[in-house]
Amino acid sequence: MEYSPENERQSFRELLNQANELSTSSLRDEVVSSLYQTSQQICSRTVRFTKSKEDKKTERLDAIFTSPIWGFPIMLIMLGLIFYLTIAGANVPSSMLANFFTWLEDYISMAFFALNSPDWLHGVLVLGLYRGTTWVISVMLPPMAIFFPTFALLESYGYLPRVAFNMDRLFKKVGAHGKQSLTMAMGFGCNAAAVLSTRIIESPRERMLAILTNNFVPCNGRWGTLIVLASLFMAAGFTGGMKTLVSSGVIVGIVIFGIFVTFAVSWVLSKTMLKGVPTHYTLELPPYRRPKFFDTIVRSSLNKSYAVLMRAIKIAAPAGILTWVFANIYIGDTSIFMYGVNFLDPFAQSLGLDGYIMLAFLLGLPANEVVLPILLMGYLSTGSMLEVDNLADLKNIFLDQGWTWLTALNMMLFSLLHYPCGTTLINIYKETKSYKWTFVAFLIPTVIAIGVTFAVAQLVRGMGWV
Amino acid sequence: MTTNEVYRIALAGNPNTGKSTLFNALTGLKQHTGNWAGKTVSLAEGSVHYKKNTYRLIDLPGTYSLYSNSTDEEVARNYIVFEKPHVTLVVLDATSLERNLNLALQVMEMTSNVIVCVNLIDEAKKRGIEIDELKLMRQLGVPVLKISARNKTGFPALLDTIDRMIRGEISTSPYAIQYNDETEGKISQLVPNVKKLVGDRFPSRWIALRLLDGDTSLLDEIQKRMHQEEESTWNTVQKTSGSHLENF
Repeated sequence: MEYSPENERQSFRELLNQANELSTSSLRDEVVSSLYQTSQQICSRTVRFTKSKEDKKTERLDAIFTSPIWGFPIMLIMLGLIFYLTIAGANVPSSMLANFFTWLEDYISMAFFALNSPDWLHGVLVLGLYRGTTWVISVMLPPMAIFFPTFALLESYGYLPRVAFNMDRLFKKVGAHGKQSLTMAMGFGCNAAAVLSTRIIESPRERMLAILTNNFVPCNGRWGTLIVLASLFMAAGFTGGMKTLVSSGVIVGIVIFGIFVTFAVSWVLSKTMLKGVPTHYTLELPPYRRPKFFDTIVRSSLNKSYAVLMRAIKIAAPAGILTWVFANIYIGDTSIFMYGVNFLDPFAQSLGLDGYIMLAFLLGLPANEVVLPILLMGYLSTGSMLEVDNLADLKNIFLDQGWTWLTALNMMLFSLLHYPCGTTLINIYKETKSYKWTFVAFLIPTVIAIGVTFAVAQLVRGMGWV
Repeated sequence: MTTNEVYRIALAGNPNTGKSTLFNALTGLKQHTGNWAGKTVSLAEGSVHYKKNTYRLIDLPGTYSLYSNSTDEEVARNYIVFEKPHVTLVVLDATSLERNLNLALQVMEMTSNVIVCVNLIDEAKKRGIEIDELKLMRQLGVPVLKISARNKTGFPALLDTIDRMIRGEISTSPYAIQYNDETEGKISQLVPNVKKLVGDRFPSRWIALRLLDGDTSLLDEIQKRMHQEEESTWNTVQKTSGSHLENF
């Protein structure tokens, strides 16, 4: 037969038709059962068990970790413990880093003046770029260096699949897939990566649910904001260990609220836009394995922390410059930044926030890591020349701007619930190949974030709590 | 085969078999290993140098089957069938060999350049599981090696086997699953027509079986891949040398 594209298409069609005629629905069963029989035969000839087959240790541990009574409390305690370690351990190195960078900044500034460099260059490079980036490093590096390795240890020990097992029933109830809890666990690290990890879910409907709700798990870019705000405002009346305990309690609360929103949204979607029943699947519970401590810690802190930090810096650096430029270019006697702030302020106030916060969230679309630095640069650029020497000074900056615990709480809620970052949205588009679903993934969290913060603000103010 | 060449080695296996641990141990490329299904979502790559050759290792997603039920399974399947790695390493968990073998048997339907790595052999020993690898090798018709990726044991033999397979010194005869007469009859009706279309480029028996299973998207994929090949002559040269290997 002579080759031509038409001929080729024709023969492919013929092959397809022939296959369709021969194909029967029982064939898959036959294929799979032949496969299993073969495996079994080969194994019976080559594998010998000299001890009893049961793994007693795994069974005993599973009885505790996946117990209907103890499963959930243990999960909460583990989660609380991780945050406690993160907050308690990150405090000192964070302020040490901040002090170091401020100390260094004086010398860099001196060098700039010694070289007679123009003011705007010093402004862009030192006050914009340098401050923005070092802020990200001092606030984010220490918590990440503790959070990721701890999480990775639990993961390689084999605890995470048990979490998935515990959560499975809840997911079934709201019409979602049990594996969604694994993609959520991934989301604690990075939502953008978690969107890719939803590929483990076979059914397109359930996969879409997992993609659309993944954002309600706070990613590492938002931990910085959550941890700083919780420890500054939510545990104000406490000191020492108690303070850390209350802060971690608040963060656990925020995470649980995020999970609750995930269930609620999944449930609503599976009753409306994404109707259907959850499919069955096999969840393998691997044996508990003693993790290789050194390997795991080195790999996750070096690798993951480094990668996330690099990404943050890459985006924080330009964002820092941009913020400084916006804050220093005046139209009339108001800077571009302030135009934005003033425009957003009335709306933001009704949500218990302010115009700076709202603008920081908007400018922070590329990466959640930069929201807090942008906010801070915004506050600092408004004249009151405060130096941030340590985290305690930070609170004064916020208080000067009229912050209350409601502002902090609502900023945490907005951070938890708002639209996914730019990278995540791009990944959602790549995975769904649909502008519609990408837009839905943007819209649902945004509406919920606005609704929840509005309700909280009205309630708290109405009751006269602030 | 000349030296100083780059060969592609694909790593396939169920989740939690230590596939990524093996990958990390061999390549030294820093990549985190997860302990749950489907942690590896994109294809991680890393290189090993052995006897003047460079092996580029590709860590395929961990899957339980290759019937393309999920994107992960499709990614792994497409890589083995269409990208034709020079060797596919199937990593099995020694402590649950029976379930793991399913995947090895499926890979062996797709390519004959298969090496089976029975991993976690230390763990199996502790639990009193003894595996007769020589017998397993005779049964499967491909090289079988016991390793422990965690403790980095069995690596020299593994690298040597890869090297010899690439040089064509090992001839394999992968175990072909026999289905019942009805299915086998249908397969033999389809195979000649599949061969007419794709020649020896792709495994025709496997394609026939997938078509019978109702996997119609596979044909589109094949058509797409064939056009890509024709567009680039360089590609064709590479693919042909690949299929030589298959017929050694």
